[in-house]
Amino acid sequence: MKDKVITRIIKIAGFSSIIIVLMIFYFLLKEGLPTLGEVALSDLFTTRWYPIEDYFGILPLFSGSLLVTFISIAIALPFGIGTAVYIAEIAPARVKEILKPLIEILAGIPSVVLGFIGIVFLSPTLRETFNLPTGLTAFTGALLLALISVPTIVSVAEDALNAVPQSYREASYALGVTRWQTIWQVTLPAARSGVITAVMLGISRTLGETMAVMMVTGNAPTMLQGIQSIFKPTRTMTATIASEMGEVASGSTHYHVLFFIGIVLFLFSLIINIISSHFSEKNRKEKEQVV
Amino acid sequence: MSNSKISIRNYSLRYSDGVQALKNVSLEIHANAINVLFGPSGGGKSSLLRSINRLIDLADVDETSGQILFNGVNILDKEMPVSQLRRKIGMVFSRPIPLPKSIFENVAFGLRVAGENDPAVLHSKVEEALKQAYLWEEVYDRLDDPGISISGGQQQRLCLARVLALEPEVIMLDEPTSALDPVTTARIESFLQEIKDRITVIIAPHNMSQSARVADYATFFLQGELIEVGAGSKLFVNPQDQRTQDYVEGRFG
Repeated sequence: MKDKVITRIIKIAGFSSIIIVLMIFYFLLKEGLPTLGEVALSDLFTTRWYPIEDYFGILPLFSGSLLVTFISIAIALPFGIGTAVYIAEIAPARVKEILKPLIEILAGIPSVVLGFIGIVFLSPTLRETFNLPTGLTAFTGALLLALISVPTIVSVAEDALNAVPQSYREASYALGVTRWQTIWQVTLPAARSGVITAVMLGISRTLGETMAVMMVTGNAPTMLQGIQSIFKPTRTMTATIASEMGEVASGSTHYHVLFFIGIVLFLFSLIINIISSHFSEKNRKEKEQVV
Repeated sequence: MSNSKISIRNYSLRYSDGVQALKNVSLEIHANAINVLFGPSGGGKSSLLRSINRLIDLADVDETSGQILFNGVNILDKEMPVSQLRRKIGMVFSRPIPLPKSIFENVAFGLRVAGENDPAVLHSKVEEALKQAYLWEEVYDRLDDPGISISGGQQQRLCLARVLALEPEVIMLDEPTSALDPVTTARIESFLQEIKDRITVIIAPHNMSQSARVADYATFFLQGELIEVGAGSKLFVNPQDQRTQDYVEGRFG
């Protein structure tokens, strides 16, 4: 009898998360899809975002998100993987014991605090170093986002490296292979799917982050124009939703378009999640083969 | 007595957790012969093998003392170039561990790292090694498949080929057939008989019967101590030490 009650409670808890996700998805669709009736697709996919005068071109926001995410991952990827390799393969036990908790603390810092640091320190520094008209640029946001995604990448990638059996390293060393060659050609490839999952999680963290980017990217919904856009203000999809949702009239076209942007974001993270779960599934199967 | 390939002199090894893995071991490894190390697990066989190719560098070792001379050089010397040493003294492990690479690359990897980059040379050496390990016929048409995709017995022969490709002077096998079926085991044993004229073999079998089958020379280890050493034909038939006799006759272990 007691068993049955507990089983039922656990069942409800399990199903509730599914139901909540479905409800969020339903809500997004309900509020976002009317966009398609109110704004022509040809107007939606234009380069001018100026909602007060009914210009709802979402491409600048789209390109802003992609630009910031791309630069951020380009920075976070080598840095994160490098740190993970150092912790898992090279650092002496004592250094490891200090580094790992530190990285986890970094992961716990609220993004608004990082945004604050970005405004008072990072952005003036960048402005002076590169002699820019403003320090609030795509690059500033990307740097901060890299700081946010690195701990995620490090901790997942480090777990993946640790899961590589010691016998792999021994087998490689026994062939006269050096430590570096073993890391790059044996250990990392053996942990490949876990490392890819780490990067995917980092990307979805970056894409979804709102507060820090909103504070430091300058919030100008301009279209991507070549390489110099990196050092110009931009605006991401998330920052747009966060900054405009508060002022918009409920049920207006602008309101619906903001939800439509939400749907696009949702699809993005869905795709990234599918890719990363594909790799972690693959990882699990490979592990079973090893054991 | 044939000549000595590796000479272990008063070698002791203690791990950081306090375990004294080897106690004052002195032993000659005979060239061009199958040298068997046997005894119950925890006896120090693996530790000795891993000392000879310096794989113990990876473990938490507290202290070593004594000497291990290979071609007259003390390989425990800090200055010893371990990569070159490991190419000359190859090792096959109890579990086949194909590296996360193709079948071809598993064999070519060690050669590449040793500086061989000519594709034609690599190809002929890989083929030669796979033939020596009796694997070529089974994999020649799928060399680009991952090493993990072949069966356990094939994987172990792949690991053997990987070592043979480097043309080692000594090959060490730590329980090489513990995960294999009897047919593959017999193949590997007869293979060892073939190569021993060219390559010195050190093997730590996982059971007594294999030890007795393959040994030219045998050494009995018990709890880190070398108890008895002798020609295989004598040691298993007429052991001198009571403990060896008990173990050989299956009274313990």
